[in-house]
Amino acid sequence: MNNLPFLFCGIFLTLALSWVGLILVPDLFQIGQLDRTTSELIRPDTEEPIPGLTYRDDDGNLQYGVPNPDEELFPRFFGGKARRGKEHYVSMGCLYCHSQQVRRRGFGADYDRGWGDRQSVARDYILQERVMLGTSRTGPDLKDIGSRMPDESWHHLHLYNPQITSEGSNMPPYPFLYETRPIPDDGPSPDALSLPAEFAVDEGYEVVPTRRARELVAYLLELRLDYDLPEVRRAEN
Amino acid sequence: MKEAAASFYQSINPKASTDIAERAKLSEIDASMKWPGLLFIVSGVLWLMAGTILAIIASIKMTNPDFLSAWEWMTFGRVRTAHLNAMAFGWGSNAVFAVGLWIMARLCRARIRHVGILFIAGCFWNIAVTVGVIGILRGDMLHAEWLEMPTYITPLIALSYGMIGIWGIIAFRFRQTDYIYVSQWYILAALFWLPWLYTIAQVLMFFEPSRGTVQSLTNWWFAHNVLGLWFTPIAVAAAYYFIPKVLGVPIHSYYLSVIGFWSLALFYNWAGVHHLIGGPIPAWLISAGIVASVMMVIPVVVTAINHHMTVVGHFKKVWMSPTLRFVVFGAVNYTLVSLLGSAMALRSVNEVTHFTHFTVGHAHHGMYAFFTMLMFGSIYYIMPRLLHREWPSATLIRVHFWTCAIGVLIMIVALHVGGWIQGLQMNDAGNYPDFIDIVRNTIPWLHARSISGFLITIGHIAFAINFFWMTWLELGRRDPEGRPTLFISPEDAR
Repeated sequence: MNNLPFLFCGIFLTLALSWVGLILVPDLFQIGQLDRTTSELIRPDTEEPIPGLTYRDDDGNLQYGVPNPDEELFPRFFGGKARRGKEHYVSMGCLYCHSQQVRRRGFGADYDRGWGDRQSVARDYILQERVMLGTSRTGPDLKDIGSRMPDESWHHLHLYNPQITSEGSNMPPYPFLYETRPIPDDGPSPDALSLPAEFAVDEGYEVVPTRRARELVAYLLELRLDYDLPEVRRAEN
Repeated sequence: MKEAAASFYQSINPKASTDIAERAKLSEIDASMKWPGLLFIVSGVLWLMAGTILAIIASIKMTNPDFLSAWEWMTFGRVRTAHLNAMAFGWGSNAVFAVGLWIMARLCRARIRHVGILFIAGCFWNIAVTVGVIGILRGDMLHAEWLEMPTYITPLIALSYGMIGIWGIIAFRFRQTDYIYVSQWYILAALFWLPWLYTIAQVLMFFEPSRGTVQSLTNWWFAHNVLGLWFTPIAVAAAYYFIPKVLGVPIHSYYLSVIGFWSLALFYNWAGVHHLIGGPIPAWLISAGIVASVMMVIPVVVTAINHHMTVVGHFKKVWMSPTLRFVVFGAVNYTLVSLLGSAMALRSVNEVTHFTHFTVGHAHHGMYAFFTMLMFGSIYYIMPRLLHREWPSATLIRVHFWTCAIGVLIMIVALHVGGWIQGLQMNDAGNYPDFIDIVRNTIPWLHARSISGFLITIGHIAFAINFFWMTWLELGRRDPEGRPTLFISPEDAR
């Protein structure tokens, strides 16, 4: 194989092919075209709601529905606190043990485990500047953790030391996200962790979340699949 | 291969050659690669040791989460990621630069000129990776697997890579030979593919993030291809070079090597999507990824025939030569890991293995049992030719081989079996409704993984002792007759 132009073109074209196919085409024509939308689309002419994404008009042609202007658009934007929390999620490497995707019913047991009432679809991720689908479930999926565990103090106990809430877990504790400090003169802080006896700190001290812990928990509580999209409904999942 | 020596003994003996002129030419090329080659191999070995320590810490943390837990820099997510990047961009890529450029220069019969530039670029590469790994540990890491090193080192990585990779291409452009050997195709292709992959991935993931799950596609297009189009081609090229070279026989089939190269180039780069099976991306992409993953059977089987058929009939020699023992171990594992990988891409298998420790076992099977073992074998051959000194101790090489071979096999078995059980239990919500029970059931397998890690660490220490003994203490064995270090002396083997 001494034909050099052939060798160079081959080396170039094989990778170009996969780049176009796997990245450019979905970016230009599929995922890149997705926008926020309402849970139910309507016909632009009659304003009737339609099931799914498309409908047949009176001439029998396939048409796309449009978002209902009176309803909320999904997915939602995160607040600033949750956005900062996401940065801590990245920097602690949470994604190496926790995925953020719910697979369809019948493929794996995501649905049976209650990890979401519907599968997650491409549109759920379009607002995210940092998408972390994850490839490992050493711990459970977190795409819908905000619905499953809405209790802020549970998350703080769990992050401070997972053994408090999930005995036998191999999740690392994050004590450096919490501050152990003397109880102030005017009584314990309202956000102090209520630690069980065997995890209690010294008498006269309390454990309070730092700013980073509060932001991280705010992010976790924002992870919710509690809305429908035209392409996937919770009830019909 | 013209340069293949007449007998096995001559072929492994750096001072023996049937053709003095040819020998002198190769010696001159080796001499030109001495300083950059040493820089890459020494830094590679240091990174290997750093990566091993990080690996052991991460592995212990998986069974004992309280271990070093109070120190933010040492939290599991960061240590694990620092380990991966230290191994991939520190150890792996330095080994690729040394082995790839050395083989390229030799096969092109082209002396590397301006080695000063290559040397400085190599220093910058290592500075960049050091800053990157420290960046990960201090919390600047990014969200994309295999691309976690912070963006502030991206320009330095890109620039220093450009100044390193270019020398392989220059050597190829000014080659002094009429023929091109299969190893040269692989090395040339890898040197082109990596910068492309890296640039696109950096831009579409961090500088101009693409929309939604296109990022995940880009992530796995990069992460799978950095294995398939960067580490794999160099390791396959090394196997293609060293097996016939040391045995003194020609490669089994030229035509098979052509098919193997082009089918790898065509199919491997589509395969990465199999990390997203079941995920929120268009179904046609997943199907395309599965098809490509299964088609990978073609290059793998073809390369396997070519490598293994060359070895058949020479097992005694393989056993005698440190280089070949490692190289053949790596080549056999290339076949195994790739066939397993194709099977793992099938939807029904993936449903079990996805998200489990099975995948982690598979990654170590590929990056360690295949790639790293092949690089060890290559370094055992290259170092005596760069330094004109022999390896001081055959016993240390023996310890290195056995601890690493047994260690990585224990790791592969533990993570595959444990991961498979974990996957079955995760999919069985009826019998295992509590997720925590599944986590607890993985712990014994993770203990086994830590044990395998300790074995591998012993091997790496043996390797490092032998290596630095040879490199810096200048006590390397100088046999008066210039005989190489072998496991069994050739006289005994006859």
